[in-house]
Amino acid sequence: MTQAIPNSYRSGPDDTGHFGIFGGRFVAETLMPLILDLQKAYEDAKADPAFRKEMDGYLKAYVGRPSPLYFAERLTEHLGGAKIYLKREELNHTGSHKVNNVLGQIMVARRMGKKRIIAETGAGQHGVATATLCARFGLECIVYMGAVDVARQQPNVIRMEMLGAKVVPVQVGARTLKDAMNEALRDWVTNVHNTFYCIGTVAGPHPYPMMVRDFQSIIGDETRAQMQEIEGRLPDSLIACIGGGSNAMGLFHPFLDDPSVDIYGVEAAGHGLTNLHAASIAGGRPGVLHGNRTYLLMDEDGQIQEGHSISAGLDYPGIGPEHSWLHTIGRVKYLSATDEEALAAFQLLSKLEGIIPALEPAHALAKVSELAPKLPKDHLMVVNLSGRGDKDVPQVGDILKGRQS
Amino acid sequence: MTTRIDTRFAELKAEGRAAFVTFVMAGDPDPATSLEIVKALPKAGADIIEIGMPFTDPMADGPSIQAAGLRALQAGMTLKKTLQLVRDFRSSDNKTPIVLMGYYNPIYIYGVDKFLPDAKAAGVDGLIIVDLPPEEDAELCLPAMKAGLNFIRLATPTTDDKRLPAVLANTSGFVYYVSITGITGSASADSSAVSAAVARIKRHTKLPVCVGFGIRTPEAAHDIAQHANGAVVGTALVDALKASLDADGKATARTVGAVADLAAALAQGVHEAKQAAE
Repeated sequence: MTQAIPNSYRSGPDDTGHFGIFGGRFVAETLMPLILDLQKAYEDAKADPAFRKEMDGYLKAYVGRPSPLYFAERLTEHLGGAKIYLKREELNHTGSHKVNNVLGQIMVARRMGKKRIIAETGAGQHGVATATLCARFGLECIVYMGAVDVARQQPNVIRMEMLGAKVVPVQVGARTLKDAMNEALRDWVTNVHNTFYCIGTVAGPHPYPMMVRDFQSIIGDETRAQMQEIEGRLPDSLIACIGGGSNAMGLFHPFLDDPSVDIYGVEAAGHGLTNLHAASIAGGRPGVLHGNRTYLLMDEDGQIQEGHSISAGLDYPGIGPEHSWLHTIGRVKYLSATDEEALAAFQLLSKLEGIIPALEPAHALAKVSELAPKLPKDHLMVVNLSGRGDKDVPQVGDILKGRQS
Repeated sequence: MTTRIDTRFAELKAEGRAAFVTFVMAGDPDPATSLEIVKALPKAGADIIEIGMPFTDPMADGPSIQAAGLRALQAGMTLKKTLQLVRDFRSSDNKTPIVLMGYYNPIYIYGVDKFLPDAKAAGVDGLIIVDLPPEEDAELCLPAMKAGLNFIRLATPTTDDKRLPAVLANTSGFVYYVSITGITGSASADSSAVSAAVARIKRHTKLPVCVGFGIRTPEAAHDIAQHANGAVVGTALVDALKASLDADGKATARTVGAVADLAAALAQGVHEAKQAAE
């Protein structure tokens, strides 16, 4: 599996949807014609200036972009090393980066004349974003969510229902994100004629990993311009959490060809890498699931294992195929943070900066606490603060209360 | 290369009958009972046996077959043991074609280069891999054909005339027409729509066309068998198996018989159908 270093890290995927050996279109024949239609519709949209213009309008007035690039002064002081900037994706409408992608996909769905939107969700952030845009554009919305996640992310379930979406609790398997994705795919196979599957991360069959990346790349594009404006140069490092990896890919992709920029992805190490976790790259190997070849957690027989993380949004046994490729060629370093480390970072940012982060980016913040103190004070580090912690307040509150008593 | 599948269809054609194709999950509810069930199927009238390879994430399957796969995995089934099941079956039956059906990942992890000769040696005749469309032929389809195994492709209501040639290009053995858009066991097939679809596929290929998904009763099987070269029944057999289990999901004295009896009734439905002249 030796792979040549490409001229550009940004040129993938190839025509068949591959990033090196990763990616592809591993789907049932029933879905194949739809995926080809989607690819064509997306390419047409991309080439249409009116599409870009309309999207920019909504990104500005409805989503609230650009999101600020904020110098976290007290966190920087506390850690005593690198200068830490937060890319404030949690300030977007709906509370996370997910809306960037959903807006794009819903606009493609509208071009395709699809009236029924389905989505899978883990933490509920993608579900909320999908429910929101379906409300905005008058589309039917069905969200598949593992029953375990329904229980631990109640605030988001209630939000989705208020927005008019139907939330279907998935009772099979570990009843988390992987199983929600299986059920969404089963729905899609059944309702091919009127349904658009709005995938929430940079995974799934081609063209999803590419399309979702493109819609999320606004995060990195803005960061680049904002850092130029504030500091007059590029950042020295980028760091983001990874479940499927869409917020990370969105931040990373515009910087992949800048060799001076170190890039770190942070997977969920759950109880630790020798225990239950959701770190596909650290603890998995290449396999095929949900339409693509990528790093997966599985047993010797190729049976998929459940991820484990305190964060429902990172609780997925796979990772986007482009991340797998960036790992094998060494362009991005993949680290992992445990539940405990994420909880500590969650509290640290809340107390030092007055920003309650979601548990997902708390994993990235946990590694910032480790990396930043070792770096010089003129090192510019950008953390993607991909979501706000409101949805996690009840869960974290319960955990902390349990420790006091 | 002639496989047992090709031979079986030639025999059926000579007899003017359609094939009764059964699907059961390897290792459901346990490896030993599963072997007895597979052995009982030819006697019950099965012309071709599809054996499911259990997978944790069967994206195209309904609740019945999902549960069957999980029962098998809980009973310790693996791909290696599925090949052993085929070997054990072959020690007493060298004629009934065996098709393994499932998802790609367990094969990919087993290793394609090792799996194909092992499957061939075990007595497997064909493969149906749900998540390998023609776009991914280089993965397994082309090596399988080279190894002497039929690669049986699914054609669906969404496979239009433009796409059919690509779907049929590297298909051998037979074409499996999925009669509904949906997951296994979810809806029933409408025989006039099936008849038209089979006729459409036959304009593109000389291969036999079998129809599956949504066939549950001897009457429905009879109906479909008039329009196609074979009728595939899976979920109904898996449901009969499940109904025979005890409260803990373990096999009982009735389990093998429950599957065999339903298979016999379905086989009668298929075999009494008159084949439309080719």
